Amino acid sequence: MKDLLWLVPLFPLVGFLVNGIVYLVSHRTRGVVVAHPMADQPAAESSLESGHPHAHEHLEAHPRFKTLHTAVGVGSVALSCVFAFGAIFDVGVRALASGAHHVITLYRWISLGVNESTGQVPGALAEWFVDAAFRLDSLSALMIAFVTFVGFLIHVYSVGYMGHDPGYGRYFAYLNLFMFSMLVLVLADNFLLMFVGWEGVGLCSYLLIGYDYHKKFAADAGKKAFVVNRIGDFGFILGIFGVFVLFGTLEFDGVFSAAAADPSRYAPWMTLVCLCLFLGAVGKSAQVPLHVWLPDAMAGPTPVSALIHAATMVTAGVYMVARCNVLFRLSPDALLVVAVVGGFTALFAATIGVVQNDIKKVLAYSTVSQLGYMFLACGVGAFAAGMFHVLTHAFFKACLFLGSGSVIHALAGEQDLRRMGGLARRIPITYVTFLVATLAIAGVPLLAGFFSKDAILAAVFEARFPQAPWLPRLLWSAALFTAGLTAFYMFRLVSLAFYGRFRGTPEQEAHVHESPKSMTVPLVILAFLSIVGGWIGIPILHGGNRIGAFLSPVIPALAGEHAAEHHPAVSLEIALMAASVGAAMVGLLLAWLWYAKGEGRVPATIAARFPRLYRLVANKYFVDEFYDSVFVEGLAKGGGRFLWEVDATVVDLIPNGTAAATRGASWLTNLFDKNVVDGAVNGVADGFEKGWRLARRAQTGHVQNYALVMGAGLFCLVAVYLIFR
Amino acid sequence: MTITINHFLVVSFLLFSIGLLGVLVRRNFLTVLMSVELMLNAVNLNLIAFSSRLSDLTGQVFAVFVITIAAGEAAIGLALTISLFRQRRTLNVEEASSMQG
Repeated sequence: MKDLLWLVPLFPLVGFLVNGIVYLVSHRTRGVVVAHPMADQPAAESSLESGHPHAHEHLEAHPRFKTLHTAVGVGSVALSCVFAFGAIFDVGVRALASGAHHVITLYRWISLGVNESTGQVPGALAEWFVDAAFRLDSLSALMIAFVTFVGFLIHVYSVGYMGHDPGYGRYFAYLNLFMFSMLVLVLADNFLLMFVGWEGVGLCSYLLIGYDYHKKFAADAGKKAFVVNRIGDFGFILGIFGVFVLFGTLEFDGVFSAAAADPSRYAPWMTLVCLCLFLGAVGKSAQVPLHVWLPDAMAGPTPVSALIHAATMVTAGVYMVARCNVLFRLSPDALLVVAVVGGFTALFAATIGVVQNDIKKVLAYSTVSQLGYMFLACGVGAFAAGMFHVLTHAFFKACLFLGSGSVIHALAGEQDLRRMGGLARRIPITYVTFLVATLAIAGVPLLAGFFSKDAILAAVFEARFPQAPWLPRLLWSAALFTAGLTAFYMFRLVSLAFYGRFRGTPEQEAHVHESPKSMTVPLVILAFLSIVGGWIGIPILHGGNRIGAFLSPVIPALAGEHAAEHHPAVSLEIALMAASVGAAMVGLLLAWLWYAKGEGRVPATIAARFPRLYRLVANKYFVDEFYDSVFVEGLAKGGGRFLWEVDATVVDLIPNGTAAATRGASWLTNLFDKNVVDGAVNGVADGFEKGWRLARRAQTGHVQNYALVMGAGLFCLVAVYLIFR
Repeated sequence: MTITINHFLVVSFLLFSIGLLGVLVRRNFLTVLMSVELMLNAVNLNLIAFSSRLSDLTGQVFAVFVITIAAGEAAIGLALTISLFRQRRTLNVEEASSMQG
């Protein structure tokens, strides 16, 4: 079954084609109007009900071929999931953990001829080429397992959530295309194929954020995501170029074994290459300073936020850094940058999340913050811990997003936390699953988030940065504070949504209902996984954990590196755990006291006491405004002016110079024309005039003159005849 | 002294020269016409002389033709003379120069 690995991405691709074609054909006869009947309504109708199916409920248009779209859309991902697990178990979990990997080459994609540097570069292949090849090792196995499984659950959820949407077929086509791209990304055996998947998920992200493209804010958010991601992708492809130049191959095995075999050879260039690669990760995983697109991406339908902008796609950056861990470990400076960016993003986004009032925005900033955690882990060299957090985060964040979708569904599109409250008894399944996921992300012991977060915190505490010895403690403090903040804002969310009294309109209150089975069953499964998902990483004190052991083959030792098995003392580990649990508990308790019991009076007082600070945080530190004024206004307009100057002075030299040269040439030509050509013409005319003035004299009108000339002529002729006879 | 062909040719040359001079220098249109007749007769004399000398009748036949043409020419010339006189009240050839270039 491992040789059928190529079927894993193929099923969603086929699903995309079938859904897309059926949708296009079935909607062609009645045109775009049917598919998007809201196009004529003002976009500002409600920015809060973005992507919610109830916004479309009053429409006559119903999705067509719904059964077919459901069967193909969900079925393809289900098959993909089955084959993914089949391939993993075929190779064997234990075998994967001990370094077994399976590569299937589909075909030679790009062939570039003979590699002349063979022999000089260890591990370089005799030929320059790129294969379309998939690779199953422990890292990609971990990724495809949760991507296909969480993806499958979210597809099922979408059946209920998008059931009333006229663009049902389009939605599933995009979602399937996303699954295909994501699986290509994680299964790729070389950087270039990975880049193809990378761009593919970016495209799908754009398509799905702007799914309600007749609403301006959704279309704008899609564009923003696409443009911001371009900056990262630019870095990523520069990094790929760098890798190819240095190693002469793009295959993971070739690159990493060469780098691990001879670290000192490549180390000087690695900082540059790694920072380029990391720029790609920053864009895709929404780290500061490229984090601005992710909160706006919430304009997409909620299942999309769950799948793409929380569970899978945004973790691609972490996956890529973990995949390239050998390269990053060659460059302590690059690792330092990764750690600082990750740590800063974690804290930065968490503070914003505290004051957001849109349920999805809170979760979006939470996602940015948790991604920061993952990069922080990678930055301190704990790649396994980072990937572990990717996994657990996928479970509880998908559960949270789907739960928020269920809340929004119950309230007919309401996303504002200030108009919720008291939903705990009304939608109990949603409430319980949401609570479980919240406790998991907050780091309550024995739930998934606790183990992964604790692994990261311990790794940060133990990290060593020769360049900056004080940094690990600073990062650890920030991460610990972030853990408290995470617990605080997540429980604030729960309190505002589920406790207290209902603050919305009576119509909304009457509408509240539990979601259908297709939505609650995935929620329950994800909540269950949020509990048990972390158990694979239960730290065995003094000996790492199972997830670390499983991922160890993709994190090989570098040549000359002492495998310094440094384990903190048991007491220290327990103290660190206690600290993180304590921070989480303080956060939870404060949120419960302030929002569930106190109905938000204390935070309101604090906000009133520090109005400037509150405005700063509530406006997301004005980063968007800063980018608007500096890059959009400043660069676009100032740059426009600069380019205009360049255009007017430098570029215009060419047309102006040409014009001047032409003018000079035409002046010369004119002179020539006037004097030489006209002179010739007029000269000939004048000559003829003078000629005729002479010749007319001969024509006297006196017949006798003519006769005389005739006679003279005759005489001359005869004379000539006689003389020269 | 026998009369040879040379005598005829000399007479003929003199007649032709007098006629030509008359055409070129006389002002009166009528005189010019008469001078033309004189030239034609000089030619006739020449033709007859050679006809007799060469015992060939062709020359005499040509002479008859020339006389016939000369009659026509005289008729047309006199008609032109009358027409010219009617228009200009003069027969001076030098005044009939309206075709001047």
